[in-house]
Amino acid sequence: MAVTSMIGARIQRREDPKLITGHGNFIDDVNLVNMAHMSVVRSPHAHARIRSIDTSRALASKGVVAVLVAADFKGVILGALPVTNSFVADKKQVPDQFPIAAEEAAYQGEPVAVVIADDRYAADDAAQLVDVDYEPLPAVMDLEKAMAPGSPLVKSDRPDNIGWDAAFPAGDIDAVFAEADFVLKERITQQRMFPTAMETRGCVADYIPYDNRCTLWTSTQVPHFIRLFVGGALGVPESQFRVVSHDVGGGFGAKLRPYPEEYLATAASKICERPVKWIEDRTESLQATTQGRGQIFDVEIAANRDGTLLGLKFTQLLDIGAYHGVFSAFQVVACLLGGGCYEWKAINARSIGVFTNRMSTDPYRGAGRPEATHLVERMVDMVAREIGMDPAEVRRKNFVKEFPFTNNFGLVYDSGDYAKSMDRAMANIDYPALRKRQEELRAKGRYTGIGFSTYVEICGLGPSSATAPAAGIALVESSMVRVHPAGSVTVSVGTHSHGQSHETTFAQIVADTLGVPYDSVEIRHGDTGDTPFGYGTYGSRSLAVGGMAIMQSCHKVVEKAKKLAAHAFEASEDDIVVDQGRYFVRGNPAEAKVLAELAFASYGAGLPEGMEHGLEAVSYFDPPNFVWPFGCHICAVEVDPETGSVTIDRYVAVDDCGNVINPMVVDGQLHGGIAQGISQALFEEVQYDDETGQMLNGTMLDYMVPTMAEMPLFELDRTVTPSPTNELGVKGIGEAGTIASSIAVINAITDALAPFGIKHVEMPARPDRLWSLIKEARG
Amino acid sequence: MTQSVALTINGRRREDTVEPRLLLVHYLREVAGLTGTHIACDTSQCGACTVLIDGEAVKSCSVFAVQAAGRSVTTIEGLAEDGTLHPVQQAFWSEHGLQCGFCTPGFIMAAAYLLKQNPSPTDDEIERGLEGNLCRCTGYANIKKAVRSASNAMNGGSAEVTGQATSVTAASVEAR
Amino acid sequence: MITAPFEYARPGSVDEAQSLLNKFGADAKVIAGGQSLIPLMRLRLSTPTALIDIQGIPGLNQVRRDNGTVEVGALMRHVDIQRNAVLKETLPMLVEMANDVGDNQVRNLGTIGGVIAHGDAAGDYNALALMLDAEIVTNQGTHAARDFYRDIFTTTLAHDEVVTAIRFPVSTGRFAYTKFRRRLYDWAIAGVAVQETGSTWRVGYVNLARTPRRGAAVEQALAGGASAADAAAQCQSDIDPTGDVRATAEYKRHLTQVLTARTLEKATMAA
Repeated sequence: MAVTSMIGARIQRREDPKLITGHGNFIDDVNLVNMAHMSVVRSPHAHARIRSIDTSRALASKGVVAVLVAADFKGVILGALPVTNSFVADKKQVPDQFPIAAEEAAYQGEPVAVVIADDRYAADDAAQLVDVDYEPLPAVMDLEKAMAPGSPLVKSDRPDNIGWDAAFPAGDIDAVFAEADFVLKERITQQRMFPTAMETRGCVADYIPYDNRCTLWTSTQVPHFIRLFVGGALGVPESQFRVVSHDVGGGFGAKLRPYPEEYLATAASKICERPVKWIEDRTESLQATTQGRGQIFDVEIAANRDGTLLGLKFTQLLDIGAYHGVFSAFQVVACLLGGGCYEWKAINARSIGVFTNRMSTDPYRGAGRPEATHLVERMVDMVAREIGMDPAEVRRKNFVKEFPFTNNFGLVYDSGDYAKSMDRAMANIDYPALRKRQEELRAKGRYTGIGFSTYVEICGLGPSSATAPAAGIALVESSMVRVHPAGSVTVSVGTHSHGQSHETTFAQIVADTLGVPYDSVEIRHGDTGDTPFGYGTYGSRSLAVGGMAIMQSCHKVVEKAKKLAAHAFEASEDDIVVDQGRYFVRGNPAEAKVLAELAFASYGAGLPEGMEHGLEAVSYFDPPNFVWPFGCHICAVEVDPETGSVTIDRYVAVDDCGNVINPMVVDGQLHGGIAQGISQALFEEVQYDDETGQMLNGTMLDYMVPTMAEMPLFELDRTVTPSPTNELGVKGIGEAGTIASSIAVINAITDALAPFGIKHVEMPARPDRLWSLIKEARG
Repeated sequence: MTQSVALTINGRRREDTVEPRLLLVHYLREVAGLTGTHIACDTSQCGACTVLIDGEAVKSCSVFAVQAAGRSVTTIEGLAEDGTLHPVQQAFWSEHGLQCGFCTPGFIMAAAYLLKQNPSPTDDEIERGLEGNLCRCTGYANIKKAVRSASNAMNGGSAEVTGQATSVTAASVEAR
Repeated sequence: MITAPFEYARPGSVDEAQSLLNKFGADAKVIAGGQSLIPLMRLRLSTPTALIDIQGIPGLNQVRRDNGTVEVGALMRHVDIQRNAVLKETLPMLVEMANDVGDNQVRNLGTIGGVIAHGDAAGDYNALALMLDAEIVTNQGTHAARDFYRDIFTTTLAHDEVVTAIRFPVSTGRFAYTKFRRRLYDWAIAGVAVQETGSTWRVGYVNLARTPRRGAAVEQALAGGASAADAAAQCQSDIDPTGDVRATAEYKRHLTQVLTARTLEKATMAA
C-alpha cells in the first residue's frame, strides 16, 4: 500500500472558493424560463375541520396561474407520504398523510391550498386571499393527557393517539433493582428543537408534459430517496425522474425526507405545465419543517453504595406530532443506547410514541443519541452525588473496558478506550485545580459547577444485518470511480455533502488509494442523473459507509491497473508492485508507469485478451457493523443565583472518531455540533400554547439561535482508536459534539446549584427557570 | 405602481423599474442577477443578506430597493478585486470559517465592514461586530479565528494560520 | 415573506411629508431607517398603504447643544449617535444605549426618530426620554415625553405629525444602563437606566410595561437617602411586566429589583 500523504492532512477545502465569493448554487439560485412560483396556504390552527375553501378571490388576483386544493392533487399524487420502520417495525398505527389536508388539518402549518403565480410576490398576495372556513377542534398537546383513554383525538379518524408502544427488555430488571443498595428516579425532558438549517427548504420542479419526464431541484440530504418516493407518487419511473441538489445550506436531519411541498410543487408543475418554484420562508419553516427531540424520559437507576451501577429502567414518551415523520421511530434508538458507556446487569426500556397536534418530529443532529447520553449521564451524576463519590470516579468504575463489547441489547461496540479520553479531558481542564477553585468560590457565595459527559454513540448506518428487520432495507452506500483517458478521476457517490466537506475529504481518500494527484480527483454528488443509488448523508455515515464504498471502487481500479501494468511490462501480475500510484516490476522501480499512463492504455488498442476497455469501477459497501465514536466533554460554568444567568467558563472536549482524514474538518464538525448541544441546554425550545396549540416563538426573533457572543471557546483534543469495522479505521464525527454537549452543560449547572440542594435542571436552563428553582430551594 | 430606481452595484450603475415593495435583496438577486446574497429569515435576525450601502453594512432584506436609490451597493460578488480575494474571504477559506456556506456571504460582508471600522478588534469587539449574523454549522469558532486572521493580514502581519496549504498537493500530515 | 403593496414617496421637506401623509390618508406611514417597520411589514403585521420616506429631508440628522439642552435630530442613526462627540460629552447614556441597539447592520439604518415614533416600550431611548423629561419635537410642536407614551406602540403623535428631533436636558452626571437579555443582539428582557442629575437620580425602565416607565418610587426612595438595595426594593410599583416566551412576569419583577440595585451600584462606583 502506498505511504499515506493526503489522509490525515489539514488541507483547505475545495468547496470554498465559490462559496466565499457568492457563486454557490443554492436552491433559490435555480431559475428556469417560464418558471411560476408556489405559495402554500397553511392552517393557522393546530387542529381544525376544513368546512370549505373559497379560491375565487385568489384566482382573480394579479398574476395567478392556479389555486389548487387537496381534491386537485388527488389523482396526480398517488398514495401517502412514506413512513419507515426505523426502530419500531410494529407500530400500533400508521395513519396516511397526504401532502395536503382535505377535510381536517392536524397541525399549525399543514398545507390546505397552494397558489401558483407568475412571481413570488403575486403568489404571496393571492395566498392571503384564499378564504378557508375552519371549525377549530380541540388541540391535543400534552403527551400524558393524549395517552389517557377518552382524550380528544389528534385526528378524528383515529382510534386513539398512540403511534407505538414498544418494550426493550434486557435482563432481569426486577431482580437487579431488588438487590441494589438504592434506586433514584428522575423525569428528564428533551424539549422540541427547531433544526434551523440557515438555508430554508425549497424546490424547483420541471415536469415535461407528454414525455412523463421530470427534474426536481431540491434542498435535501437524500436526493435518491426523494427520487424514489416523489417519482413513485407521481408515476414517473426513476429513469425519467432526476433529482438534483446542488449546494445545500445545512440540514441537521431536517432535510432527510421527502416533504409535502416536493410532491405539491412537482404535481403543480404537471398540472400547470410550467416549472414551479417554492422557497420556504423562515416563519413558514418553523411550522412546516420537521422538529427534533420532543421527548420525556422517566428514568430509574439502581446502584450500590460503592458506586457500582446495576440497572436502568426508563420510559420514553416521544411526541410524534400529528403524523409520523418518515423516520419518526428513529429516536427510539435512545432505548438501545440508554446504558451509555457503562456495564449494566439489566436494562429495561419502553418507548411510547404519542401523536399531538404539532409538526412531526424526525431526526435532528444526533437523533436519539443525545437523548440517551443525556439520560444516562444525568443519572450517573445523581448516583455520584447520592454516595458522595466524584462523578469521574463513578464513571471510571463502570466503564466498559474490553472491546469489542456486546451491550445489553446485543449491539457490539467496535473499539474504545473511555478512560483514556476522560483522563485526557481531565488533564486538559486541570480538574483538581478546578475543584479546588470551586470550593474557594463557594465559600465566597459564588456558584460554579463542573459537568462531565462521557459518551459513546452509534453511527455509520448501517449494516444490512442490523437494518434488514426494517422492511428489508440495507443502508449501504455507493460509489463509481472512473479514470479518464488522460488520468483525471471522476468519483460519483450516493451520499450528499451539505457542509461536511466531502468534496475535499473524499478526494483525499481517492488520491491516496489510487496514488494520483489530489487535484486530479473530482467528486460528484447530489444529482441522481450521474450518481449511483445511495441513501444520502445523515447519521454520521458518509465516511464510514460512503468513504468505504469509494475505497472499494479504488481497489477495483488498482486491481485492473495492475493487470494493465503486467501486460505492458510483459510480467506476471504477481510481480507488479504498486507504490504511490507508480506501477513497476519488482526490483525495477526506475521503469514505472503511473496510473494516467495505464488509464490511457485502458482505452486504447492492444489490451490483454478478454479485458474490457476503460478503467472504472462501481461499488456498494455494506458495513459489517456500526461504528462507535466516543469521548469525554467537561464543562465549567458559573451561575448567578440572583438572575439565574449561566456563564460557561471552560469547555473541554476529547473526542475519538478513529482515524482522521482531515483534522480541520473534524474539528469544524465538533465545533458546530457542540454549539448545537450547548444551545439546546441553554437557549432553544419550540414553545406552544398548551391550550390552543399555537406556536409562541414562530420567528427567528423569538426562537433563540445563539450568536457568536454566547458561545464559549471550544478546547478540543482527540485520542485515536481506529475502528476495526472498516479498512479506513474511521468512525463518524458529524453528530458527536451534539450528542455529548447538552448534558455536559446541564451537569455543570446542576453541580453549581448543589449547595441549594437542587438535584436536576431541565433544558433549556433559562435564567427564569434557574431562578425559580433556586427560589424554591431557598424556601 | 412601479418606480424607477437608479443605483450603483459593485461599481456598475444601473436603472430599473420596480415595485416600491421590492426588497433590496430581491432586487439584487432577481433583477440584477446577483445570487450571492442570501435570505435566511424574515425578521432581520440572521444577517445572511448583509451587503454594504455606501460602505456601511446593512441587512438587505430590511431595506426596500427604492430606499437605496442613488446609493452605491457592494455585494459579496464585488468584494474580491481583479481576481484577488479580499483578506476576509481568504481568511474564511484558510481558517475553515464555513461549512455549508449559506450564511458565509453575509458574514464576510459584515466582517469586512467591521475591520474597516476597527482594523484590530478584540474578541469582544468581534463578537459585537458580528452579533447580527447567525451561523448554524461552525459554532462560530473558526469565524472568529478567521476575522482575527484577516485583521492580522490586513495590518501587514502574517495571517497566522495553522498549516495554510493553498497548494494542497504539498500538504503535510498534521502531527498531534 | 413579502410585504403588502404600498405607494412610496420621498419628500424633500417636512412640510411636503405632512401633505403627503394627508394625501395618502390614515394608513400611510412615515419610514426612516425602517428597521422595526419593515420586518413587521414582511410578516404582514403592518400593512401601510403608503410609505413616506423622510431620509432625504435635510437638517434632521444634526445634534445641537443649546443652553442646558441637547437636541438630537430624528434622522440621527444609532451609528451616528455612537460616534457623535457632542453626545458623548452631553448625553453619554444615549451613546451607551446606542451601542447596544440591535447589531451593526441595524445601527447603520435605524434612527432615534424611528424609535421614538414607534413608541415601543422595548426601545431603549424611550425610557431615557421619559426619565430625563425630554421633549419630542415635531413639525407641529413639542410633546413632553412624560405625556407622550399612551399605550403599547401608541403615542400622542397625530397621523400627519413627523418627529424632527428629541430635546434632552444635558445630563453629564453618573449613569449606568443594564440591558438584560439572553442573546447579545436581543431586545431587553428588562432594561434599567439610572442617571444622576444634579443631586437627584433618575431611573428608567425598558420593556417592563406596555409603555416605557419611569422609576418614580425608586427615585423617591433615593431622594430620601435610601441605599441602592433599599431603593431598588421600591421598583415594583414602577413596573408592570407580563410573561412572554422569554421569561415569566414574576421573574421579570425579581430581575428588575436585582438589576436596579446593581445598576445603581455600578453608576455610583463609576464616580
